[in-house]
Amino acid sequence: MSGDIVITVNGKLHTVQSTPDTPLLYVLRNEIGLNGPHFGCGGEKCGACMVLVGAEPRLSCHLPVSEIGRARITTLEGLIEEGELHPVQRAFIEEQATQCGYCVNGMIITTAALLWKNPHPTDEQVRTALDGNLCRCGSHLRILRAVRRAELLMSGKGSE
Amino acid sequence: MMTDQGSRKRGRRGSGRQESFWGQLTTWLDDWIEINPDGTVTAFSGKVELGTGVRTALAQIVAEELDVPFDRVHMVMGDTQRTPDEGYTAGSMTISSSGTALRNAAAQARLILLELASRKLAVHLDELNVQAGVISANRQPQRKVTYAELMGGKHFNIDVPANVTVKDSQTYTVVGKSTPREDIPRKVAGESVFIQDLRIPGMLHARLVRPPSVGAELISMNEGSLAGVPGVVKVVRRNNFIGIVTEREEQAILAAQSLKVEWRESAALPPMQDLYTTLRSRPTEDNLLIDQGDFDSAWKNAHRQLHATYYQPYHAHASIGPSCAVADVREDQITVWASTPGPYPLSGTLAKLLDVPPEKVHLIHVEGAGSYGQNGSDDAAADAVILSQAVGRPVRLQWSRQDEFVWEPKAPAMVMEVRGGLDSHGNVVAWDYQVWSPSHVARAHSPEQLVAGQLLSGQPSAQFGFSFGAERNAPTNYSFETQRVTVHYIADSPLRASSFRSLGGAENTFANESFMDELAAAAGVDALEFRLRYLPDERARQVLKSAASKAGWESRPSPQKTSGNLAQGRGIAFAWYENDQALVASVAHVQVDTSTGAVHVNRMVVAHDCGLIINPDGLRNQIEGNTIQSLSRALKEEVMFDEWRIKSVDWESYPILTFSEVPDVGIVLINRPDLPAVGAGEPSTTTTAAAVANAIFDATGARLRQIPFTPARVKAALS
Repeated sequence: MSGDIVITVNGKLHTVQSTPDTPLLYVLRNEIGLNGPHFGCGGEKCGACMVLVGAEPRLSCHLPVSEIGRARITTLEGLIEEGELHPVQRAFIEEQATQCGYCVNGMIITTAALLWKNPHPTDEQVRTALDGNLCRCGSHLRILRAVRRAELLMSGKGSE
Repeated sequence: MMTDQGSRKRGRRGSGRQESFWGQLTTWLDDWIEINPDGTVTAFSGKVELGTGVRTALAQIVAEELDVPFDRVHMVMGDTQRTPDEGYTAGSMTISSSGTALRNAAAQARLILLELASRKLAVHLDELNVQAGVISANRQPQRKVTYAELMGGKHFNIDVPANVTVKDSQTYTVVGKSTPREDIPRKVAGESVFIQDLRIPGMLHARLVRPPSVGAELISMNEGSLAGVPGVVKVVRRNNFIGIVTEREEQAILAAQSLKVEWRESAALPPMQDLYTTLRSRPTEDNLLIDQGDFDSAWKNAHRQLHATYYQPYHAHASIGPSCAVADVREDQITVWASTPGPYPLSGTLAKLLDVPPEKVHLIHVEGAGSYGQNGSDDAAADAVILSQAVGRPVRLQWSRQDEFVWEPKAPAMVMEVRGGLDSHGNVVAWDYQVWSPSHVARAHSPEQLVAGQLLSGQPSAQFGFSFGAERNAPTNYSFETQRVTVHYIADSPLRASSFRSLGGAENTFANESFMDELAAAAGVDALEFRLRYLPDERARQVLKSAASKAGWESRPSPQKTSGNLAQGRGIAFAWYENDQALVASVAHVQVDTSTGAVHVNRMVVAHDCGLIINPDGLRNQIEGNTIQSLSRALKEEVMFDEWRIKSVDWESYPILTFSEVPDVGIVLINRPDLPAVGAGEPSTTTTAAAVANAIFDATGARLRQIPFTPARVKAALS
């Protein structure tokens, strides 16, 4: 049973050690040693565990690892290319868009997916996209500003 | 003067397990500052980072006073073998206490380094200057020496005198500047930052099987029900405590779901609709805080008498990341990694729990998700210790979402009753304020104050420490001639309760500032003008006026009662935190759908004066956060329960504000470089609820006196 499933995470193949019904989150954190996706609720309600499956933001706390198939998984760490932070990550630093930062993984994953699909979303589209991501510290306004800054950076009009 | 590494621990570091709330202050310079051979500086603080950016602010203070670049200062915080004992990180005290100690220590270190350089370079002190940790002669810049060269890896071996001279704040170049937080790049890159990310070699995983209700007793447990679950190392059962230790995390989750357990529950809680009468009817300890003038006769002779009661439900801290801890209990040494706000006090309590000498417990703080007070972190540390002790290996315990909602100590429910008398000119001639509240502080100084201790002993009743917190901002700063303020402490809270941002400050301000609005409306006076009549202090006046001005406040009495289904209104509220700390005024602009009762807050404006500002952008971040979180609490939050169980167990049964509901927040920072920096962690959480309630009144004429302002309550108030 174990060893049959191979998944692609951040461009690398990984042979899954745990049972097929294990939620992807625990494979990513405990087998691969990633820290980006966090356990928040275990009930797909807060967004802390988000990863990209292909270009889609997905909650990983319930998603059985056996359902991933050949889809490429990208985590917060995987957004970094050759040591360069992704524009969305840079935007979050430039806007100082966290307090405790526990939820920031899901915020960045959602934003990256949104801006790929829709490079210039309306304010309502941004808020709607982020409504499934909970933040308890109240960093929402900074996160919204970071989305706007990321939009500029990704369209080549940013500060760098 | 200087000594080698070995002899430096004369100070408090690692020496004691102090029971006092604010720890045991040390004046030993080496306890605070170390100059490293590579030119970096290590600064030690017994406070911890709770997600508010104090690590950055403290490093700024050290960099400023010591004249070294900010990025060369490395903070070590909250470690019982390395840092001073500063008790709990609480009460917005980190900047004023740890910040002051570090400032003084850095100033003393700089002075000693200058004296050493003076001798070494044979240049008079007055002829020396410091830049980026290099001391050079003013007239011969080639004559220079670095801090690292002067110290040579040694220690200062001296006390910090009480009268050490610190820099004039007018000359600051680091403090007062918006300094990017050092933790954010690590957090957005997915580095290991949080306690949840900590991995110890040989570590096992664990989940708990908590009783379904507080006070439930275990009847039976069928370990055979785990036959099909792989990786189970041990089911740890001690009285009502059950935890399952497994090789892998997903196995622990599966095992905790699979274990067949029978509990005996009892209807130990009051029916929720009776919560407030229950609070009012329990035995109290009464503290008369203010008794000025003759209230009874002033009240009797008042031209108009107003009387209102306000209600605050239990709130959950609701940290986004449920509590987690790692423990490694060995024969000779116990190491615990936890996101506790009080590393030293918790290490002492855990030692009592295990019945070992306190020096055997090494407690290391690792950041958790934002906690805003006392969440489940201390309890999780105790659980992890028990489990590691049972299996003799390091154990990482992760609480479930439900564990956190049910078992974290809640912000206390409170009842506030206010009476006010007006004379025929609309002046306040009598003011009587009473609050009923459990203690806001139930820090774990004994094992019985931890959930694990209660489950082990079979004693479910919450035991409280001293009564504290409900007096916070119970008195106003208004210059009423005749006033009385009384706090009634309830010894026995229906739900376990402990500190949440501002303790009673937010709830008392909700009541005080709502009632000020009721008096202003009764007097037919604009709400801002009415407050200013009783605020002679210039700082207070400026905070209120600044908020009003930025919000475009138009002077008129409330309510304006707009016509149509969508009523618009604005409300204002003011607080002087703890009556002598930071000053805050908030203005809310709301829209009320009178057909549904739904309240949408369009904009909040906050003016804030916390003396000298250390990090303006960090401060804005904190104010935005406080405003949005307190708005969430005011509009949506209430811990639900029935006579048996807590019913708020997940994000559906305890919803918080979402992106679509978050208003714009405008901020006015008033900097006072000539005044001491006071805490900004909590003050701006106090004024939101009243500003919103007052705005709803302005829009509709309906007065909301019970938090949260749900559509149903708004509709009821409208009819």
